[in-house]
Amino acid sequence: MKQGLYLSFLDQMTNKFLTNLNLYFMNVSYFCKRFSQEMLLAIVLTTLLFSGCKNGGKGSSSPMAMSDDAASKVYVAPGKYDDYYMFTSGGFSGQVGVYGLPSGRLLKVLPVFSQNPENGYGYSEETKPMLMTSHGFVPWGDAHHPSLSKTDGNADGRWLFINENNTPRIARLDLKTFTTSDIIEIPNSSGNHPSPFCTENTEYVIAGTRFSVPAPNKDVPISSYKENFKGMISLVKVDQGNGHMSLACQIITPPFDYDKNHAGKGVSRDWTFFTCYNSEQAHTMLEANASQNDKDFIMAVNWRKAEEYLKAGKAKEMNTPYYHNYMNESTQSAVSEVLKSEMVLDPKDCPGMLYYMPCPKSPHGVDVSPTGEYICASGKLASLIPVYSFDKMQKAIEAKAFDGEIDGIPVLKYDAVIAGEVQKPGLGPLHTEFDDKGYAYTSMFISSEIVKWKLGTWEIVDRIPTYYAIGHLMVPGGDSKNPYGKYVVALNKITKDRYLPTGPELTQAAQLIDISGDKMKMLLDFPTIGEPHYAQAIAADMLTKNNVKYYKIEDNHHPYVCKSEKDTRVERKGNEVHIYMTCIRSHFAPDNIEGVKVGDVVYFHITNLEQDWDVPHGFAVEGNNNSELLIMPGETRTLKWEPKDIGIIPFYCTDFCSALHQEMQGYIRVSDKNANTPIKFSLNEDDSQK
Amino acid sequence: MKIHLNLKEKAVSISVIVSLLVVFYSCSNSSSTENTSTSGTTESSASSTSASNTEAAPADPMTDKGIGPITSSIEIAALDNALADKGKGIFEAKCSACHKIEKRVVGPALGGVTKRRTPEWVMNMILNPNEMTANDPIAKDLLANYAAQMANQNLTQDEARAVLEFFRSNDK
Repeated sequence: MKQGLYLSFLDQMTNKFLTNLNLYFMNVSYFCKRFSQEMLLAIVLTTLLFSGCKNGGKGSSSPMAMSDDAASKVYVAPGKYDDYYMFTSGGFSGQVGVYGLPSGRLLKVLPVFSQNPENGYGYSEETKPMLMTSHGFVPWGDAHHPSLSKTDGNADGRWLFINENNTPRIARLDLKTFTTSDIIEIPNSSGNHPSPFCTENTEYVIAGTRFSVPAPNKDVPISSYKENFKGMISLVKVDQGNGHMSLACQIITPPFDYDKNHAGKGVSRDWTFFTCYNSEQAHTMLEANASQNDKDFIMAVNWRKAEEYLKAGKAKEMNTPYYHNYMNESTQSAVSEVLKSEMVLDPKDCPGMLYYMPCPKSPHGVDVSPTGEYICASGKLASLIPVYSFDKMQKAIEAKAFDGEIDGIPVLKYDAVIAGEVQKPGLGPLHTEFDDKGYAYTSMFISSEIVKWKLGTWEIVDRIPTYYAIGHLMVPGGDSKNPYGKYVVALNKITKDRYLPTGPELTQAAQLIDISGDKMKMLLDFPTIGEPHYAQAIAADMLTKNNVKYYKIEDNHHPYVCKSEKDTRVERKGNEVHIYMTCIRSHFAPDNIEGVKVGDVVYFHITNLEQDWDVPHGFAVEGNNNSELLIMPGETRTLKWEPKDIGIIPFYCTDFCSALHQEMQGYIRVSDKNANTPIKFSLNEDDSQK
Repeated sequence: MKIHLNLKEKAVSISVIVSLLVVFYSCSNSSSTENTSTSGTTESSASSTSASNTEAAPADPMTDKGIGPITSSIEIAALDNALADKGKGIFEAKCSACHKIEKRVVGPALGGVTKRRTPEWVMNMILNPNEMTANDPIAKDLLANYAAQMANQNLTQDEARAVLEFFRSNDK
């Protein structure tokens, strides 16, 4: 009331002032307009500059409290760092995108499941084995869910795991170098979608099968689905020293579509939870036929129990071969090993390991609250969000509050395990993340919004529209025990008119939203690579402190390394020619090579002798049916080339490395296959002839 | 009336400018960036080169100790052959792609370097080439002449000392 009076007094004063002004100036409205425009400009510029000053400290981009405008909240001054690294899955690009938050700037694209001609990943001899599978070399993948390694339920900055949906695989990226270190194929599994979510201390990354198939696969009528098809859950063990993944065991399940998972934490640390749809077990027109039942399931898996049963010898051997590819850091080369068998547990032999909990209407996401007590599922077609209580689940198991069983897996009574329901959240709930204040944020695909609700009371407290059709959402640390709770990022599926149009194909749109206050506030739109599904974020200093700037040449034990120019040489072995080459600003050694013939298979083994940050050299050969190489300082990389015609072929550095970069070039003479041109190689021939 | 109006506008504009100036001033006093510039780009070479042209007093190469981690004097005693041998190995692995002893290649020939430069300058040039070519007058002139930024090969101080001993063994 007081405030109202005060305002009306102000109004009156202003009116009086304006009326007086009117006596002096005929053009009052013009003046006001000019005045307000200029003042606004002054305020905005001042705010921007102040926030620029504030950002003087490295890595701090927190805006001034005086300002409430979105621009200052996402502005990271030139030369300053973002607060968070965000890792997005590249979706159909098969790679991982790295962004800075809050700026939304793309920092790098990390090649994982797809060949990358930009740096030679999947083309160089050292990296080709990373993409080997039981189906042979697969040049592409569909990457969905990044998962940061965890210690005590919080991201620890060691590794990033990500699944490949199409040819079931899980990759591990080393966050010291931001490179792919390990890829394991998941046998007896198809559509590796509910994957790879890591347990509280990264004991396991967990995978499942979206498309049930016969296990092991066999030639059967598709109509024999119910009889022959199986679901499969995989526990992939992570070596705590070198991070290498190995398949500990698999668990055979009824042939539903297992869609998402998230591991428990805190009280539920021994468990992992899957959603499943298609409990109808349809094998055609799933759009309609898998949407018949009122309820599908959350499947709760006690992975500790699985470990015990495996130890107790309850697993049976299955013999589906699969690949494990990993980088040998010492030789800087990937190794492929073929594994021939896996241990499989059947829930019928393992009581207490698996339970189903009924869940309304084709659930998609399943997410576990920071304490591990609440398990939130999202029925895509449901009008509510069911939240399960881990405590009630344990009590229901004890009291055997079952509603029948499926293939030996007890179904817990819905009422016995449900903690609450978020009513009328919106349309098409998909995924939930959590903040540090007891709130949950659920993405609504159909109604295109984020809904904020309170854990425990299940009341909706806020909602904000997203543009358009949000899929996943991500709060930095939002699936950990301690969410940072500052932002939520909306990962939208449809872009339409959000950016300048780029023809029929548009990049996917991400949006940064401030969740530090009571009301969510939209801050920023930014485009992303591929199709980000899930994302993960971590405080920047968790990674910058371990960042590798170059590879120490002393530690390079590549079989074809040259640690000094005097070791460079060319060797012929039958029709193979091995060129041991070095590069440093700004020349290759050797740079004149003769004696190569049509029909030869030439391998350029190139060592970058630089020992400083950000001095890669590139290498490209004219007409090569292959990519280029980018060779990091201290690294050796090998490019294969099969010359088809005689002549002089130039090669050069593709990465502008110095003032004399344009001079960083060389020639190879290619002779006829019957010629007797001797092998000859040199650099600056006058004084370095070998 | 028109004149009045313009004056008012000017007053407002001046207030904008003043407020900006105040902020700019406060900004310019904030700390300089900590990010070290990357080496070897055309841009940095170009700016260093032009800066060197405006440099006034030439430095005395036999007193200039350079800029970098070597701030105290390096003790020069009788030649340590074992250390020189170690330095030779390091030189061949990390330096010889650009430097020969007798001949200019990418960088200067290094025969006689210990007679031309102080030991501290040699070590600082090895250990801190980016800052040296940006700020040390002799190193700036070298960059202008050779147009190639000396690579930082991230040697340790002990390794740089060994390379210095190798140079001494050449120059004796």
